Amino acid sequence: MSLTNEVTREDILRISGVNPRKCMQCGKCSGTCPSYDEMEYHPHQFVAMVRKGQIEKLMASKSIYRCLSCFACVERCPRNVEPAKLIEAVRLAVIRQQGQDHMTAGDIPEKLDEKLPQQAIVSALRKYRK
Amino acid sequence: MKFSYYPGCTLKTKAKELDAYGRLSAAKLGVELEEIENWQCCGAVYPQAEDEIATKLSAVRALDAAKQKNQELLTLCSACHHVLKRVNNDMATSEYIRLRANNYLKLDAPYAGETHVIHYLEMLRDRVGFDNLKKAVVNPLKGRKIAAYYGCLLLRPSKVMAFDDPENPTIIEDFIKAIGAMPVKYSLRNECCGGYIALEDRAAAQKRVDAILESAQSAGAETIVTACPLCMYNLDANATKHAVPVKYFTELLAEALGVKEGDA
Repeated sequence: MSLTNEVTREDILRISGVNPRKCMQCGKCSGTCPSYDEMEYHPHQFVAMVRKGQIEKLMASKSIYRCLSCFACVERCPRNVEPAKLIEAVRLAVIRQQGQDHMTAGDIPEKLDEKLPQQAIVSALRKYRK
Repeated sequence: MKFSYYPGCTLKTKAKELDAYGRLSAAKLGVELEEIENWQCCGAVYPQAEDEIATKLSAVRALDAAKQKNQELLTLCSACHHVLKRVNNDMATSEYIRLRANNYLKLDAPYAGETHVIHYLEMLRDRVGFDNLKKAVVNPLKGRKIAAYYGCLLLRPSKVMAFDDPENPTIIEDFIKAIGAMPVKYSLRNECCGGYIALEDRAAAQKRVDAILESAQSAGAETIVTACPLCMYNLDANATKHAVPVKYFTELLAEALGVKEGDA
């Protein structure tokens, strides 16, 4: 099954509510991103790739699971592009598909430790599965 | 002074002390916290997608419960505060979301963002006042060097959260001064601890936490305070190089107010 046969640039723009054409590629989002080192496509590249319609590449990239939702890119973007919303929209386009959960409840027991707060589990499952 | 209170799931389990010391301190300050009935988990992360409705409904139920009592909705957990405040903003400003959420919920009257969401720290600053808090302190934490860890969720996005200056916040430092201690400022106090990535890639969280603790310790911090159970977890369990004690701000507040006795 192809992940991408129905997801278009327009789908991502609709889900995210973001206009990637506002981006001037200054790179401030990537410069401030705490996950920069772990990302194949960095936030400013993400915005450019959505603008160009390269959704398939983004959907196949593990980068979509690296966003921490810290909103540093959202806060510090001089053009109010909100890159985090684009990353969330692409991730949703993947995990909303049947069988595409990135993490499931069954994965949790082995990750538990005595101090792990419920908040962490709820957050991860909200981000990584549908 | 009376508020509707939303504790959230983690304050009933792994972060009981954040809740218990918050309640003890509030009582001492003459602030009444009425826990809303039958609250549901807020979901812990704000659903950013424009078309996510169902994941916002538990927050709307809590907001509407406070509206029914004509009270402000007070939060303690940074994540709950973030979710409730942003969903409330959606209900007030997005016709698309408001219409669909209300269609699902069928409340007696449609909810349209009427409730004011206030964090405990904002309550101390804006309702009690740090000057009055200072006067209520019986056990000032003299000579203690305490570093505020803001993290992300209280501050950003500042257009909606309107909590403090997102890049140079002062509310927790002002709180630390009010309880008689010495605030320590450091550069990474409003950068991410890694959050839920700890479940996906623990090493990534460790890298974040080590950098934050290095920054705090080199500035002279002896203790770090936070309002977030997940920040607390990461700063504690995912530290590999530094060991700085991390406390909930309510614990230090209770200590300063003389109401911290035994275990919470």
